[in-house]
Formats: sequence, C-alpha cells, structure tokens
Amino acid sequence: MDMLPLILATIFTAATPLLIAALGEHVVERAGVLNLGVEGMMIVGAATGFAAAVLSDSSVFGLLAGALAGMALSAVFGVLVIFFATNQVATGLALTILGLGLAGLIGQNFVGQPRGAIAAIEIPLLKDIPVLGKAIFTGDPVFYLSLVLVALVAFGLNRTRIGLLLRAVGENHTSAHSLGLPVRRLRFWAILFGGLMAGLAGAYLSLIYTRFWSPGMSAGRGWIALALVVFAAGHVWRLVLGAYLFGGITVAQLHAQAGAIALPSQLLSALPYLMTIAALLVLSLSGRKGGGAAGSLGQPFVPER
Amino acid sequence: MLTPVLALVVAVLIGGLIVALMGKSPLTAFRVFILDPLTDPWAMQEVLLKATPLTLIAIGLLFCFRASRWNIGAEGQFLLGGICGGGVAILAHGMTGFWILPAMLIAGALGGLAYAAIPAVLRTRFGISEILTSLMLVYVADLLLDYLVRGPWRDPKGFNFPQSVAFSDSAVLQPLFEGGRLHAGLLLALAAVLVAFVLFRRTLFGFAVSASGDAPRAANFAGFNESRITVLVFLISGALAGLAGVVEVSGQVGQLRPGFGQGLGFTAIIVAFLGRLTPAGAGLSAIVIAVLLIGAESAQVTLKLPFDLTRFFMGLLLLCVLVGESLNRYRLEIRKGGA
Repeated sequence: MDMLPLILATIFTAATPLLIAALGEHVVERAGVLNLGVEGMMIVGAATGFAAAVLSDSSVFGLLAGALAGMALSAVFGVLVIFFATNQVATGLALTILGLGLAGLIGQNFVGQPRGAIAAIEIPLLKDIPVLGKAIFTGDPVFYLSLVLVALVAFGLNRTRIGLLLRAVGENHTSAHSLGLPVRRLRFWAILFGGLMAGLAGAYLSLIYTRFWSPGMSAGRGWIALALVVFAAGHVWRLVLGAYLFGGITVAQLHAQAGAIALPSQLLSALPYLMTIAALLVLSLSGRKGGGAAGSLGQPFVPER
Repeated sequence: MLTPVLALVVAVLIGGLIVALMGKSPLTAFRVFILDPLTDPWAMQEVLLKATPLTLIAIGLLFCFRASRWNIGAEGQFLLGGICGGGVAILAHGMTGFWILPAMLIAGALGGLAYAAIPAVLRTRFGISEILTSLMLVYVADLLLDYLVRGPWRDPKGFNFPQSVAFSDSAVLQPLFEGGRLHAGLLLALAAVLVAFVLFRRTLFGFAVSASGDAPRAANFAGFNESRITVLVFLISGALAGLAGVVEVSGQVGQLRPGFGQGLGFTAIIVAFLGRLTPAGAGLSAIVIAVLLIGAESAQVTLKLPFDLTRFFMGLLLLCVLVGESLNRYRLEIRKGGA
C-alpha cells in the first residue's frame, strides 16, 4: 500500500494548477467579467516563470515572475474590456492567441533545460497519519498556498465588504453603478487578481509539475479551469472538488497509458476534455441550468450613454 | 473600411518594434512578411492557396459571430472535415471515377457539420456554454486524427511515418491552370463569399441572424426562434469549416497527416473580425492574413524569426481590431473620478 499516498500526491500536484487558475477566474466571473484568456496567461506564466527561475537560479523568484507576467497580460485585457468596452469573448480569445505566441518567444532558449525540484514542506506529526498524512502533509509550498487561497477567496467573497461589492457589481452593473459603486475599478482589480492566479498556475506547471518548459505545455488546462468555474456554479468548495476530480482523471489516464490497457492512448489522452463536457452535461441535467453565473457576466459596461 | 486598416497599421508598427527588440531589422522584416509575398507571382499563388480555407472557415464563422454565438472550435470542425473527406479518399484508394471528389467534399462538409452540431445541441437543449464545448472538441479532433494516421489509416508502405497513403489522382483537386497550383477550392471560397453576401443583404434569414445577435430581445419578439438560429449558424459554420478541411487535404496536402490543421481554424476567427464580420471583408482579410502567413514561412528561413512571432502578431492584430471597433462605436471621454 505504499503506492496510494504517492498516487494521491500526484493527483494533488496535477490538480493544483487547475485549482489556482480556476480560483482566479472565479473571482473575475463573480465580478461579471468573462476572461477567456486564462490559457494564454497561464502559458506565459509558465514560460516566464521557467526562464526567470533558470536565469536567477531561484524557483521562488520564478513563481513570482510567472504570476506577475500573467497579471501583466490580464492588465492588457482589463484595459481593453473595461475602458474600451471591447467584446469580452473576442478579447479573451485574442489574449490566448497572443499569449501562446509570446510564451514561445520567451521560452525559445529554455526548451529542454531541466530544473531541480522545489523543496517539499513536511509538516511534523500530521505527516505520520497513515496514507493521507504522506499524501497531504509532505506537499510543495504552492500546494499549501493554493489551500490558503481557497480559504481566502471563499472568505473574501462571502464575508467581507469588498467581496460583497464585487458580487454586486457582477450581479447587476447598472444598479451597482447607480448606487455609486466604482464598477470599472472593482472589475479591473478582479481581472488583475485573475491574471496573477493564472500566471502562478502556469509557473507551477513548468517549475513544479513537469519541471521543464515545452511549447504549448498548458495543453488546454486554462480552458479546463474555465469549465471548472462553470461547474462550481458559484461555490468555491465545488471548485476544489472539481479540480481534484480532474487531477484524478489526468493521473488515472497517465497510469492507464503506462499500464497495459488495450485502449488507444489517444482515447485516454482525450478523456480530460471529454470528461469536461460530460461534467457540464451532468451539471445541467441535475437542474442547475446556468444557475451559478453572475447576472451581468460578459456584458460590457458603458456608463451613462 | 478605415478601422481595420488603421488597426493593421498600428499592429504592424508594434510588431516592427518587437522585431527591432529581437535584434532584427524591422524594414527587412516588413519586406519579407508583406512586400515579397505580394510581388512574387509564385508567392502570390501560395497566398491564394492559404486564403482559400481561411475564407471558407471565416465565412461560416460570420454567421455565428453575427448572431453572438461563439463557435471557437472551427479548428476541430476543419479537422473533422479533412478526416471524413480524406477517409473517403482512403477507402476509394486505387479506384477511379468522377464521383470520388464530390463524395469527398460532401463527406467533409457533413463531418464538420455533425461535429459542430454537438456544441449547438448541448447549448440549446442543456444550456451548456458553446464556447467551452466547441473548444474541448478541438483537442479531441486532434487526438482522433493522430489515432487514425498512426493506427487504422497508416500507410502500410510509409516506413512507419504517421501518415495515410497518398491520395490517387481522382481524389486530388486538380490545378485550374497548366503548371499552376491553384485548384477549384478557390472557386468554392468565392462562391461562399457571394452566397453569404446575398444571404445577409437579401434574405430574412440573414436579417434574423444579425438581429438575434444585435438585439436578442427584439429578435425574440419578432418571432425569430433563438434555438433554431443557434443550431443553424453552427451547422453552417461547421459545414464550411469541414469543406475547408477536405479542400485543404485534397488540394494541398494530398494525404492525411497530423498537423494539417495548422491552426487555420483559429486564425479564421481573426480573419472574420478583421473583415468586420462582413462576407466581402472576410474575403479581403483572408488574403491579408494569408500574406502574413506566407511571409512568416519565409521569415523563418531567411531571418530565423520564429513562427511564434507571427502567432503573437495575430493576437496583437485582433486586439487592435477590437479596440478600433470600440472607438468606432463609442466616444472616449477621459474624466477624473469616473466609475
């Protein structure tokens, strides 16, 4: 039974980038903005994070740089959709296309370079709990950070004034505006937070999950994170559930490919994408049709025309 | 007409700056990317070949985007078109007959259509975001193609390369002119532009599509069925993307192999927006984007500029176009202490 904690630990590692990126986008969507650029911000975070870590020989600096790169990209998105009222779907898509190219440029001299593991944090006593102890309490620092972030986002959105304002702005921007809330400023901050998270998630991919940079390595994870936000339907805890479920699927299909299972490997690789669609279908069949989305999600806000 | 041109100029200026930052001469890059493809007759032919699938896909996307339905999985529908059309060619390998090409084109269009029907139905029946489902299906189509050319459809005499047999002559779109490379796909693209133009200008359906995008409530009151429009625009764009796929496979590649999509389904999104979501605009922008793509191919060789630079530029161009559209629609006011 020595395998189980190891497998659980890899599930957590596979799920953490999804969770972090989805947390960021969750906040953005609560504020009523749909940023389809998660994939682009993530991959730029991965490339920048890796390059910065190699150049400075510090993984911590790399993670920070990756997060900031994601935020810089989200600032571009924010300026366009908030202050120029551009179409959010198209702008997010443009951000992803631009990000994929930019990441390739940033990472071109770092392809194939290896990078050492970041030191794990072992929590005394707790790590001695059978099975779960080894899986949960010997993780990497960002894994713990992601759990702290879950708590912070849940608390921040539901229990603080700023969270309430953010949700009000997302639910109905015209009403929020007439109450005197700074709709655009609040949304801009939310977008920056989303970029920071997507960048961090990307840097986690290249510095902790795979520990090398390769072009296109985000492989649709940004889009899966977007689907997780829909799946969560407004509840942060369902975000966690969804992310670990997907981590589980990813790891399971990798194990199935390594083992002798008589299924084409491509079918197994397609599982995470097919499961995303299946999860959205199950969600819809359970009668929560679009229930969780913020009221003015995706609508551009233009004050006093 | 002016907005996209200005957006293009701004994007080119920023792109030139990036090229300069990378330590290359922006003027040389301008020549390789834009002037050379436009002046060399051989390159001009390549431009038109590249513009053919772009136009077909973008014309289809117009219907979706005008109706504010977000089919961003045209790449997947393009691949499915190639797979289905190519499948006919592989099954008919060694046969001759005038029926093969039409059968391929129909199979390709139907393949793309069926693939686009999935996100459309998921949206209308279950209320699931078509954005996410259409995109997820791109990855699935990519893997399906990979499976086919490595598995059941691999050329037995192909030294284990992941590719199908080379299509026989009756499954290949023949050149229109002796010694040239242009094929009948170009005519299909032109026909698509014309038909879309007439549909939007002269028919109730075209009007219903635009209305349901611009003013969904009004469109509802006018009795236009929202779900039906969603399904129809998806089927149209899927069929055209599928047609583009089989045209690319049959006219350009001559076999199935991984990566024949080249991201054209995504690039076509930029084409549609650069053309301001009009049919004629899509045709023109397809040529502009094709010039850049052909320029990018030679820039990779002559200037050692990576293709990622072109990808970056495409994203930048789309951003510039979107800002341009906004500046067209709204008056920008800078105020202190505004919301």
